[in-house]
Amino acid sequence: MSVPAAMPQRPRLQDRVRVLLHRLDPPLVVASACILAILFGGSLYNSSFLSPHYLLQQLQVASFLGIVATGAMLVILLGHIDLSVPWTLATGAMLATGLAGSTLGGIASIPIALAVGAAIGLVNGLGVTVLRIPSMIFTLGVNAVLQGLMVLYTGGSAPPSSAAPIVRWMSDGQLLPGIPNAILVWAAVGAFAAVLLRATPFGRTVYAIGNRERAAYLSGMKVRRVVCLSFVLAGSASALAGLLLTGYAGKAFQGMGDTYLLPAIAAVVLGGTSIVGGRGSYAGTIIGTILIVLLQSMLAVMQMPDAGRQIIYGAVIFAMLLLYGRGRSGQA
Amino acid sequence: MNRAGLRLVLRHNALPLLAGVIFAAMFGLYLALQPNGIRTDVLVTASNKGVLLALIAAAQTLPVLTGGIDLSAGAIVVLCNCLASILVNGSGLQIALGVVGVLGGGLAAGVFNALAVVVGRLQPIIATLATSTMFYGVSLLLRPSPGGDVDDDFASRLTGAWYGIPVSLILLGAVLLLVWMPFRRSLTGRGIYAVGSAEASAYMSGVKVAPAKFAAYVGAGLLSGLAGLLLTLIAESAQASAIQAGDLTLNSIAAVVIGGTSLFGGVGGIVGSVLGAFILRTIGDLLFVLKASPLWQPLFQGLILLLAVSLGALPMLRIRNRLETYR
Repeated sequence: MSVPAAMPQRPRLQDRVRVLLHRLDPPLVVASACILAILFGGSLYNSSFLSPHYLLQQLQVASFLGIVATGAMLVILLGHIDLSVPWTLATGAMLATGLAGSTLGGIASIPIALAVGAAIGLVNGLGVTVLRIPSMIFTLGVNAVLQGLMVLYTGGSAPPSSAAPIVRWMSDGQLLPGIPNAILVWAAVGAFAAVLLRATPFGRTVYAIGNRERAAYLSGMKVRRVVCLSFVLAGSASALAGLLLTGYAGKAFQGMGDTYLLPAIAAVVLGGTSIVGGRGSYAGTIIGTILIVLLQSMLAVMQMPDAGRQIIYGAVIFAMLLLYGRGRSGQA
Repeated sequence: MNRAGLRLVLRHNALPLLAGVIFAAMFGLYLALQPNGIRTDVLVTASNKGVLLALIAAAQTLPVLTGGIDLSAGAIVVLCNCLASILVNGSGLQIALGVVGVLGGGLAAGVFNALAVVVGRLQPIIATLATSTMFYGVSLLLRPSPGGDVDDDFASRLTGAWYGIPVSLILLGAVLLLVWMPFRRSLTGRGIYAVGSAEASAYMSGVKVAPAKFAAYVGAGLLSGLAGLLLTLIAESAQASAIQAGDLTLNSIAAVVIGGTSLFGGVGGIVGSVLGAFILRTIGDLLFVLKASPLWQPLFQGLILLLAVSLGALPMLRIRNRLETYR
């Protein structure tokens, strides 16, 4: 019996579009549409809104937030949260500028910042895994302790030492002509995070823990180790962002991290990562970061008074949450 | 009451009792050390500052009991502070209307949060984060620059003493005895505990989940509004400050945890949170009396905060099966 050779059937266009639409993440689509809308609205208001110079400047500002958001996302995917971001960022920046010598343009400040961030992250991770204190309250306490330490270290004012030349170069220099280096640093951190989450056992474990910690533990995953390591990476990311920020602003200062905690969480959530963990892609975090930065920038460009700026900023985040940040019905 | 019953009551209220003992010891030490002796004005100042944080902690407790959180509590306090600095002055009737207006503002903010969480089905932590930005924006709209005008007479009467008892303390006592105690025994009040303890089971058992959650967030808004009013009467001015809003929120969460309420919901109560708030306030006063260098104070406060929340993890040591510690 001969089987008729199967005709190579071309999938109908309709089906292919449906598959494509199905694959697209609704949060990514909505957030991207919002970015385009902001760019369009901004260009109507001021034509320089679309100039490459302005856009690159925005990307540079976004890279600080983007690096913080990378760490925040890792922790949020686990179903935890890191509220020690503000003072981890400031501590990394202050210690790096204060302790690094001037050898090779102060190259020591980079490992110092990363190590400080990692150490803080390790404390957070141990508190969450060994003491089993809810991450929200433990990282809050760590944040308060760090603030106390830095007030003591700096005497309550901005530390006198300014950013090392190499840090300024990392943040503001241009390795590729026209592109500030901070963007390259963000790209490197982002690539690292994307590969880590998608292509390594570590990344799989992170998602598994976020979905159901017990199941992950019973499947033999090293739950404690992965949670600890995630907090370490998140701490390093915050401290790195602090270091870059000193390069951008010239020096470290009190409260430099205060404006990064909430936007970072907002960026992660607007990018489609579930705030209870287990779901989300790094591409979403990139888009969420750019959306937040552009939104802030446009409200500033339009010379909106601060009150209106805050209300619109909050309302936009709120509206986008209503669009796709909701719990599934029945899940209550 | 028989012995077993007494033991049960003690066990159910162990953490608030412990908080009460700690607070009594700390406040006793403070009174003994502070140089002015035990005078009414010393008590009034301590009470005003303590009651302010206690009201915000009480507000925070309600959503936390349902297993949620209200990160906008501090922002609502600041909002009502700005509102009160505009409304609470003039004739007696105007002041009364102003007070109603301020509390109405807190109530409205609470209803907004409740709608977001119950009807909008948003995660409380992120929803109240977004609303806190909006509330802060409205406060800036109401009061672009610090200042304000509050009726002096009214302010000094409510922040003063009545027969030697601080009026703010009487206010807090009234809230606890006349509002919280009856509410806790009501169907909705029990519903809040049930929802926080096991939402699905509560729903299956016929507990009205949505009204319980709604009441928690609205109650939080109202109590934050009351705190905002008290803040205005103490400071006699208002300032739309995001830093202050953040500080108040964080301290309220810390007070709730120190008072023995579980952040996972279902366990605890407002009485514990009030004591937690008093403990937090007394730490600051003690550091001042002990003449700790101002540079060391933030570190001490942070360490004590971290230590206090770590103590809450002690029951973990009793767990035999490690699996129980995972979600």
